[in-house]
Amino acid sequence: MADPLTPVLTKRWLSPDSWRLSTYERLEGYTALRKALRGTPEQLVQLIKDAGLRGRGGAGFPAGLKWSFMPSDEDKPHYLVINADEGEPGTCKDIPLMMADPHSLIEGCVIAAYAMRSHHCFIYVRGEALHCVRRLDSAVREAYQAGYLGKDILGSGYHLDITVHAGAGAYICGEETALLDSLEGRRGQPRLKPPFPAAAGLYAAPTTVNNVETIASVPFIVNAGSDWFRQMGREKSPGPKIYSISGHVERPGQYEAPLGTTLRELLDLCGGMKDGIPLKFWTPGGSSTPLFTAEHLDVPLDFEGAAEAGSMLGTTAVQVFNETVSVPWAVMKWTKFYKHESCGKCTPCREGTYWLDQILDRMVAGNGTEEDIDTLLDLCDNIFGRAFCALADGAVSPIVSGIKYFRDEFLALCERNRTEPELVGAQA
Amino acid sequence: MEAQSQLFGPDIVEKAQNLIARYPQSRSALLPMLHLVQSVQGYVSQEGIDFCAARLDLSEAEVSAVVTFYTMYKRRPCGEHLVSVCTNTLCAALGGDEILGTLRDHLGVGHEETAGEPGEPGSITLEHAECLAACDLAPVLQVNYEYYDKQTPESAVELVDALRRGERPAPSRGAPLTDFREAEAQLAGFFPADEETYRSQVDGPSQSVETLRGAALAEERGWTAPVMADVPLPEVGAK
Repeated sequence: MADPLTPVLTKRWLSPDSWRLSTYERLEGYTALRKALRGTPEQLVQLIKDAGLRGRGGAGFPAGLKWSFMPSDEDKPHYLVINADEGEPGTCKDIPLMMADPHSLIEGCVIAAYAMRSHHCFIYVRGEALHCVRRLDSAVREAYQAGYLGKDILGSGYHLDITVHAGAGAYICGEETALLDSLEGRRGQPRLKPPFPAAAGLYAAPTTVNNVETIASVPFIVNAGSDWFRQMGREKSPGPKIYSISGHVERPGQYEAPLGTTLRELLDLCGGMKDGIPLKFWTPGGSSTPLFTAEHLDVPLDFEGAAEAGSMLGTTAVQVFNETVSVPWAVMKWTKFYKHESCGKCTPCREGTYWLDQILDRMVAGNGTEEDIDTLLDLCDNIFGRAFCALADGAVSPIVSGIKYFRDEFLALCERNRTEPELVGAQA
Repeated sequence: MEAQSQLFGPDIVEKAQNLIARYPQSRSALLPMLHLVQSVQGYVSQEGIDFCAARLDLSEAEVSAVVTFYTMYKRRPCGEHLVSVCTNTLCAALGGDEILGTLRDHLGVGHEETAGEPGEPGSITLEHAECLAACDLAPVLQVNYEYYDKQTPESAVELVDALRRGERPAPSRGAPLTDFREAEAQLAGFFPADEETYRSQVDGPSQSVETLRGAALAEERGWTAPVMADVPLPEVGAK
């Protein structure tokens, strides 16, 4: 039974100057790379499969399986692309990680790239995270100077280049195929899958896109093995996870705990609800995951647990809201976000988010009717699962779950617009 | 072409070539190159678009399509500083909307509008921003993409007044503040050549109490991950 908190990725953040190579090497950094380069790509892929590492970018796809999709030949160049476009509302784990411990990401990149026979890795960082770009730039320079990047790494004969690439402000570029289009210098619009990136990704060549936290987990698994990793978390969702707790709690912050931890346990760790005001609603994994309420305090927060309870684990972006917050208002604000960020490619999302935003605006202003609730749900039904990518699915989640659990609040907004049939004999 | 070469001299041309060389295919250099031209003029102008199109052998329409897609490419000249206030739900619930409203009234400008003469010292462009991935530190704003965390309407007003006076208050997380154009140059991938300046920027603070809460609590309580021992890589069948 693992401890309530299991600092693995976050442990080094406590060290002064944690981002420097000298600190990293003193804290056993780059030992995993040495070990990995003595093995074969096949061994590394098997290791990550055995460990059951699931993607930490929101979808939870098994990383080892994703890596195994890469061809074993090198007819075309292979690319590893790191998705550092952290933009899902509520998510704030990758940016602190890249700032505090950029070398953990770089070491993970070299190991993963070696496992996938890639010689060029791109780290796509959202443009608003300038200090991450800066820290990564510095870490990459240090790594080249020390021989962890470039030609004949540590005398292994393997070579890798890393390019740090800043985005320019677009949530949709966190979607892996839209990211690839953006990296190619285009508008960030998602692509049809199949073909999957491992068959045709960046420049139509075999590519794997992985999240920052996923890749930063790799050196630890290489060093301590898959059984060690599985001592934390649960069978289908093993390992430690950085839970980002924000909102109306006493001590918001980054808490690395075994997967499967519940909100009740997290609240205990972060001091409970701020000023004792009761919990009203929360997101397990960012705004794109259906809302939970106080009913869900004991849901194990791993991929299966969250799904069984009617939501998704997403990026463990736990946003906690107390009774002072209006659900329709919160949902309206999130809807504005999705409408703003819709790439415009497909009709259900482009037109749908536009209409959802207008209706919610009207409702929150007190000019809505009960019929609007039905219209919202009907719209959501026409959008969910019918758009080109998951952004639209994320857009409808707060609305559908908000109405499911707080219908009365939406109705209350329409009170003054209710029309009753005139009763015979009624006085004005 | 003349207007371009006056605006974007040999230094910028060389930097553009440098960007192209970083990528297997030249078009990938477009996003950083747009940050580069933005660092020269404080926005992406038609000349900036034409410059990128010429370097990358793309049509102006293709470049314009990219420019109009991304929120960080500004189409009108920006102030010395860009102030971005997060108004997504979590930050808004903790005061972000109030901060934006206060700054709008105080500066007398709306979204993506500039107080003062664009480009002149003390001029400020204000905008609302989407989630800046700093939710545990809400409400958050950025100045030239450096983080100013846990703001209040009062602290935000103090901050912009200081900026208008020509001061550069240090960010909560980020490098010592420079200006919008310098930030854009760095986003394009060009950092100070002077080692000491570069170091002082990289070493700018990067975490707050909140960032370390979990790790610190674990240390306090003696909680750790399971002990790590060196385990061999798995055996796999012969290829």
